[in-house]
Amino acid sequence: MGTGAGSARAMAAALAVLLLACSGAVAVARAQDTERIEGSAGDVLEDDPVGRLKVYIYELPTKYNKKMVAKDSRCLSHMFAAEIFMHRFLLSSAIRTLNPEEADWFYTPVYTTCDLTPWGHPLPFKSPRIMRSAIQFISNRWPYWNRTEGADHFFVVPHDFGACFHYQEEKAIERGVLPLLRRATLVQTFGQKDHVCLKEGSVTIPPYAPPQKMKTHLVPPGTPRSIFVYFRGLFYDTANDPEGGYYARGARASVWENFKNNPLFDISTDHPPTYYEDMQRAVFCLCPLGWAPWSPRLVEAVVFGCIPVIIADDIVLPFADAIPWEEIGVFVAEDDVPKLDTILTSIPMEVILRKQRLLANPSMKQAMLFPQPAQPGDAFHQILNGLARKLPHGEGVFLKPGQKVLNWTEGPRGDLKPW
Amino acid sequence: MMKSLLPQSQLRRSAAAAARSSGGGAAGADGAMADGGGAGPRAPASSTFWFLLHALFCLISVFLGFRFSRLLFFLLFSTTALYHSTTSSSSAAVLRATTTTTTTTTTTTTTTNTFMLSFAAANNPPSGPANRTALEAADNKGAAASGNPQSHVVVGRHGIRIRPWPHPDPVEVMRAHRIMERVQEEQRRWYGVKEPRQVLVVTPTYSRAFQALHLTGLLHSLRNVPYPLTWIVVEAGGTTNATASMLARSGLTFVHIPFPDRMPHDWADRHATENRMRLHALRVIRERKMDGVVVFADDSNVHSMELFDEVQKVQWMGAVSVGILAHTGRADQLRLSEEDKQNMPLPVQGPACNSSGHLAGWHTFNSLPFSGKTATVVGEAAPVLPRGLEWAGFVLNSRMLWKEADGKPDWVKDLDAVGENGEEIENPLTLLNDPSSVEPLGNCGKKVLLWWLRVEARADSKFPQGWVIEPPLEVVVPAKRTPWPETTTELPSELLDDKQEQEDRRLSRANKSSRPRGTTKRKGDPQGQDN
Repeated sequence: MGTGAGSARAMAAALAVLLLACSGAVAVARAQDTERIEGSAGDVLEDDPVGRLKVYIYELPTKYNKKMVAKDSRCLSHMFAAEIFMHRFLLSSAIRTLNPEEADWFYTPVYTTCDLTPWGHPLPFKSPRIMRSAIQFISNRWPYWNRTEGADHFFVVPHDFGACFHYQEEKAIERGVLPLLRRATLVQTFGQKDHVCLKEGSVTIPPYAPPQKMKTHLVPPGTPRSIFVYFRGLFYDTANDPEGGYYARGARASVWENFKNNPLFDISTDHPPTYYEDMQRAVFCLCPLGWAPWSPRLVEAVVFGCIPVIIADDIVLPFADAIPWEEIGVFVAEDDVPKLDTILTSIPMEVILRKQRLLANPSMKQAMLFPQPAQPGDAFHQILNGLARKLPHGEGVFLKPGQKVLNWTEGPRGDLKPW
Repeated sequence: MMKSLLPQSQLRRSAAAAARSSGGGAAGADGAMADGGGAGPRAPASSTFWFLLHALFCLISVFLGFRFSRLLFFLLFSTTALYHSTTSSSSAAVLRATTTTTTTTTTTTTTTNTFMLSFAAANNPPSGPANRTALEAADNKGAAASGNPQSHVVVGRHGIRIRPWPHPDPVEVMRAHRIMERVQEEQRRWYGVKEPRQVLVVTPTYSRAFQALHLTGLLHSLRNVPYPLTWIVVEAGGTTNATASMLARSGLTFVHIPFPDRMPHDWADRHATENRMRLHALRVIRERKMDGVVVFADDSNVHSMELFDEVQKVQWMGAVSVGILAHTGRADQLRLSEEDKQNMPLPVQGPACNSSGHLAGWHTFNSLPFSGKTATVVGEAAPVLPRGLEWAGFVLNSRMLWKEADGKPDWVKDLDAVGENGEEIENPLTLLNDPSSVEPLGNCGKKVLLWWLRVEARADSKFPQGWVIEPPLEVVVPAKRTPWPETTTELPSELLDDKQEQEDRRLSRANKSSRPRGTTKRKGDPQGQDN
């Protein structure tokens, strides 16, 4: 009893101190139109990775990277272009080291998402073989893969389901993460809790959205936000899922059926030329899942200051340890989509204004973009910060000589074919 | 909230095939086999039992001629279990009629299947997501629950959730609008004018038929202005109760000033009187030391909201572009020659800038094409044109009118020196010594922020006091033919005319008119009405 009262008093005192601190912080925040962003890892969005880690880039033959881009230059502008730009950024970055002995991380520049159909969609069928071939190359040429079996290597795999290398979720789950990458760190756009294709310790990144194109469509920030909810995109994928209910787990169809007649919801499949301008005139932008839970809409919403309404159960958003997404976006369960208007209109006003202040923070917008040339605080730097936060490497990283963990013959027969 | 469950494709296809065939024998059995097979692991005895039962149902269907579905069987024997299942999953079974299925029997059959599955799982008390997992486990695509037993997000076909009354709730709509208002207020605070000044709106008006029309429009525009506002209404011929009550109901801060002279019927004289009324208002502003930006809003003009945002930027005196809407009264009155039409410049009055963005001159309205055909008397059906520069295109800083103000520039005349001897004050430029110091607003006059319009009824047109019809109108023109021969109608005269046209073609002989046959046949002819 006594200890209970004592601890209660201590808690009350702590609460009072916290309140004072918060009121101080809030008072400062009111004077500006932005607010600092602090995630679970702390106030790390503006950290400078230079000096905190060293990355060695393997020299792969051009058939793994340059020749693929030369064959189809659409790889540079689609939403998977992050892998190419990451390579270019690292080549000229200050954290690059030419001495592999002092490197903390090893990067393999292989573009697995650059094999495009005539319509521009990446085919993942050869990607496992390409990756396997690249790893065989580096393990034969350098000793660094074998000494850790890839535990201090990182790979950029921005495709739909990351290193599962398939666009269909069931097939991707069946395949699982490529066996050879089981110990490596994966930098990918896909993120869903308790999913086979999200490996422990992966770094989730935003999909690539063209920064210059977005910047040219900016309107004055004083333009009043007069659209309540905005969304442009497919609700039914009639080509691949004619009956409905499979695409987006029925969530997009549910949005359409429930809100197509609601004047507060500006939703349609039409793609207007003023798409970016309209997002800047909206208070909420829907970011529902599609075939995969992530989409460039999140990046666009953040850049244009529209509060993202994320409808994707268990999604893991980019840089989740650096950016407190629950404070910035609105998360709606897929089951709650019919109540979306109730949910959105019952958010308290201070919460909405705070979200807008957080979104107005320029470091937030910068962290979602891949500008060329790279700028401080952008997505490239956030990736490096994320890798730096994983240092120093743990105990099990370095294997004893002769110890082997990975099984090189694991996986479907088709993957074992050389490329 | 109701959950709807879509049937699976293969089951539906087979069931649809069954429905299409008249008896549904073999195809039904195929469907049943798939159903039975997909229902999860069962003891062999029970599966043979279901097979025999289904065979029995197929035979019955052959004899009956329609598909005797197992739903009936369940409804007959398993109602209690049905209720248990529905309450436990907290959703009623509402089926969404998909566009691909056409017969209801098809959908009911597949409902049966899903219900069967939920019963099977009902043995272990199911939680919501686990229930759904059991249902989706029967999905022919062989769904996996994201590959991890802890995850409850299931791959595969899901139902499309629709709530039964998808229409927007008006309370929520109001809340959404309040949210947007607050967001826009916040935007103005961060990105708009830092210290918004009061807006002083000067409106000369007088009592006539269209006064209520014009003042109501202006009133609503001013109510939407997001800045503190004072409406200075100068009324010619003294203040009237109608105007006073309208101002009182508006919810705005207002100053209602009587002006002793009556408004003349001539446009030229009216123009001069209005100028004097505006000067009078400026003198009141000066006396009361009202602080803010003076906007001249004539009651018949149309103002945009951007105008009020733009005038906050004025230092001492600014000019905006005014769109001139010189209406032509009747379409056949003004015939412009082709070259006139081509040479006609934009009907905009406003500042003209040189290439460096400084005031270089003025755009004014070209009244040449209208020469000789303009209205001289108020209410005449002819174009009404502006004269010279209209006051509406200028805005002032009220401190310019004060006797002493900090920083008052010396190119401003003292207000007392203006209009003393009854001279004509054509436009506000006469308030200045040096008209070149006027600031062009609205992107150097490129943006038209308000529209000038003069529309008036005939000077002798009658209108009810306060636009209230009290007591109600009496019958002025009795109906010639009505379907109710004995009663006296209380319809106002206009409606009577309409009824007359409708009844013209009827053969009612109750009150026969003495008009010749010819005129009664014509529809809507005004001559046929008065008699």
